[in-house]
Amino acid sequence: MTSLLTVRGIVKTFPGVRALDGVDLDVAEGEVHCLLGQNGAGKSTLIKVLAGAHQPDAGELTWAGRPVAFPSPHAADAAGIATIHQELDLVPGLSVAENVVLGHEPSRLGFTRLRDAEALTRGLLLRLGHPEIPPRREVGRLSAAGQQVVSVARALARRARLIVMDEPTAVLDPNEVRNLFRVVRELTAEGVSVVYISHRLEEIREIGDRVTVLKDGATVARDLPARTTPTAEVIRLMTGRPVEHAIPPPSAPPGDEVVLEVEDLAGADFRGVSFTVRAGEVVGLAGLVGSGRSEIVETVYGARRATAGTVRVRGRALRTGSVAAAVRAGMGLCPEERKSQGLLLHESVARNVSLPALGRFARAGFLGPDAESGAARAVMARLDVRPADPSRPVRTLSGGNQQKVVLARWLLHGGGVLLLDEPTRGVDVGARGEIYALIRQLAEQGVAVVVVSSEIPEVLGLADTVLVVREGRVVHTAPAAELDEGKVLDLVMGAAHV
Amino acid sequence: MSEQTTVSAEPMATEEPAAGPSPWSRLFLGGVGHNLGLVAVLALLAVVGVATADTFATTANLLTILTSASIIGVITVGATFVIIGGGIDLSVGKLMALASVWATTVATQSFGPWVMVLCALAVGAAGGLLNGLLIAYGRIVPFIVTLAMLISAQGLAERISGRRSQIVTDPTIAAIATTRLLGIPLLVYLFAAVVAIGWVVLNRTTFGRRTFAIGGNPEAARLAGLDVRRHTAALYVVSGLCCGVAAIMIASLTTTGSSTHGTLYELDAIAAVIIGGTLLSGGRGTLVGSILGVLVFTTITNLFVLNNLDTDVQNIAKGAIIVAAVLVQARARRSTP
Repeated sequence: MTSLLTVRGIVKTFPGVRALDGVDLDVAEGEVHCLLGQNGAGKSTLIKVLAGAHQPDAGELTWAGRPVAFPSPHAADAAGIATIHQELDLVPGLSVAENVVLGHEPSRLGFTRLRDAEALTRGLLLRLGHPEIPPRREVGRLSAAGQQVVSVARALARRARLIVMDEPTAVLDPNEVRNLFRVVRELTAEGVSVVYISHRLEEIREIGDRVTVLKDGATVARDLPARTTPTAEVIRLMTGRPVEHAIPPPSAPPGDEVVLEVEDLAGADFRGVSFTVRAGEVVGLAGLVGSGRSEIVETVYGARRATAGTVRVRGRALRTGSVAAAVRAGMGLCPEERKSQGLLLHESVARNVSLPALGRFARAGFLGPDAESGAARAVMARLDVRPADPSRPVRTLSGGNQQKVVLARWLLHGGGVLLLDEPTRGVDVGARGEIYALIRQLAEQGVAVVVVSSEIPEVLGLADTVLVVREGRVVHTAPAAELDEGKVLDLVMGAAHV
Repeated sequence: MSEQTTVSAEPMATEEPAAGPSPWSRLFLGGVGHNLGLVAVLALLAVVGVATADTFATTANLLTILTSASIIGVITVGATFVIIGGGIDLSVGKLMALASVWATTVATQSFGPWVMVLCALAVGAAGGLLNGLLIAYGRIVPFIVTLAMLISAQGLAERISGRRSQIVTDPTIAAIATTRLLGIPLLVYLFAAVVAIGWVVLNRTTFGRRTFAIGGNPEAARLAGLDVRRHTAALYVVSGLCCGVAAIMIASLTTTGSSTHGTLYELDAIAAVIIGGTLLSGGRGTLVGSILGVLVFTTITNLFVLNNLDTDVQNIAKGAIIVAAVLVQARARRSTP
């Protein structure tokens, strides 16, 4: 294996934060090199250094045997490094072909040659195993998986020798993940290198060649064999301590009081959904992306209008399509997209936490200067939000701590029903265990919890009762104890896949 | 007194919630620090003023600056709410003109000064409410709704007034602009009062807090149970009410109600809000910054008048200041990760 990229002793500081503090990384030609680390370990900053978006304060980069610097994203691009970000950076209003050639449009006398671009795109899509994507289709109309394929095609169109993929499977269903892995294997067979970032350790085992682990901005282990390094060892390296991220079992059976009743609920993407949640019960919704599971939860919450059916909290029917009514009845939602749906990123933690309960800290609408910071501090301490400073802007927190802020919001509001949509997405292993423990603790205090997750072990571990959702219908309901991962997977995928 | 109000409002104007250990550090890091650039620009303008015109630093001239800032200042308070809430209101100038015309018709004036005031406030609030309903419930973008309102309000004001200036005959209304308390014009007190009320509402009430939330991330605000649409509509009513107050002030100052009042005020107000550091995309901003922005513009105008310079040069200077202020802010923002 010849080395393509060597990174030595990279340091990057921002005012008040040392984001990278001695990072080493070796990527060989044609390998899938996995980058592991908790949120805040420095992965994102490292990617930005590789992409030329940040300039390191110290350290060396060697690219194909020669020392280099990437003073701008353009320089990294010209050298052959392409980055596929978590939030895809395609132009939704342009066609697939226009996106693929964006910035490098084939042209003659200043006129772009769209036909050449389309032919090139068609060839690349064929090579990626997706001939069904039309080059003229508007990118905004493709699925998340389709858009990701377009991003890979764009990287290839620029003759990238190294493709950095930041959590590429976060928005994909198992079939699409399989397809992506096939693409990655074909690329590496052709000598392209991939730096692969994911929180899912199973994926790394499946696709990775070698692993480098970051912790607190420094490399703590590099070039571990991806397939044979024990999971416990990887987690120990990432957290600095042996971590039990198993989900604590329920200590007591749920109560008898029915808190949430959903009856024959229907919306644009689903119908005929009925279930009940008792006080202290955790109900899990398992299903693929696009199965309707998030739509169901959002409709229960009033964020989407129901076309039929009723939602009752403690026997009282809620007005459909009104989040305010649901919140008044004691419901809270931790939405799927934390940053775009959950947080006021510019505001402080205290202001994020107090948002639904703000009226409680006011007298006749008037608020003191720090009306809620005491209450915010208390609930932050209970959830161990770090740093424990209510005045800190929420955007400076790691993903796991941001999720705790959203949870803290509903803990402070104190309703009896909590709806959690993908509560551990983008959350590192350490914080994940804390969130599981917290969900368990809330249930034991009598909160009725609904959990939606693409991770089947998570649903099985947390839930008392599991509903399997497929194509907008609940296809199976059973106590979690009677199910196992394989069975749920079969149900989730449908009979055709069994 | 009015100057004191403005100055004492600054230290508390920190939009970052109280982190500082002492009120003093909060003062510098939050309020003034936030607007340090604008304070510097004002100081620079003052130096230029003193150097170029002997009459600049006189009490009479400073009161002239404050008086001419008062009307656009009141409108800017409303514009700050709308912009922090993620919207834009282009109709302010002509809504004010319409309110001034409606409040000064012969029929309205016959009912006396209180009815004239109520009429101006009602016209402003109604215009704002119509803006708000169309934006929040009709789901039309604010730019288009308020542009349409600007055009229609202009037309309606011309129709009611027959394109003539309506003379204010009511002595009480006419006296507002000429009355002085402790040597300071009543208009300046009105301006200070609107700023003070606006500051308290924006920084010390749930309404203000929710305005920041809705401007910062409307989807997150909605999913946290806030009634985003009702609140959005209310923000345009606030802006309309400010136009109503400004209408009485301008009617008194010019002793006329006219459809020609307030031309291009929307641009002055938006420019003041922007150079005051409020994000045009919403969610962040300060009222004190907006008011400093108004004072910067008014002081420039004053300097040009004192030095007998043309208004065209003045407009070039204003444009340059807008660009410079936004450049400085963008740089300041980039230096924090």
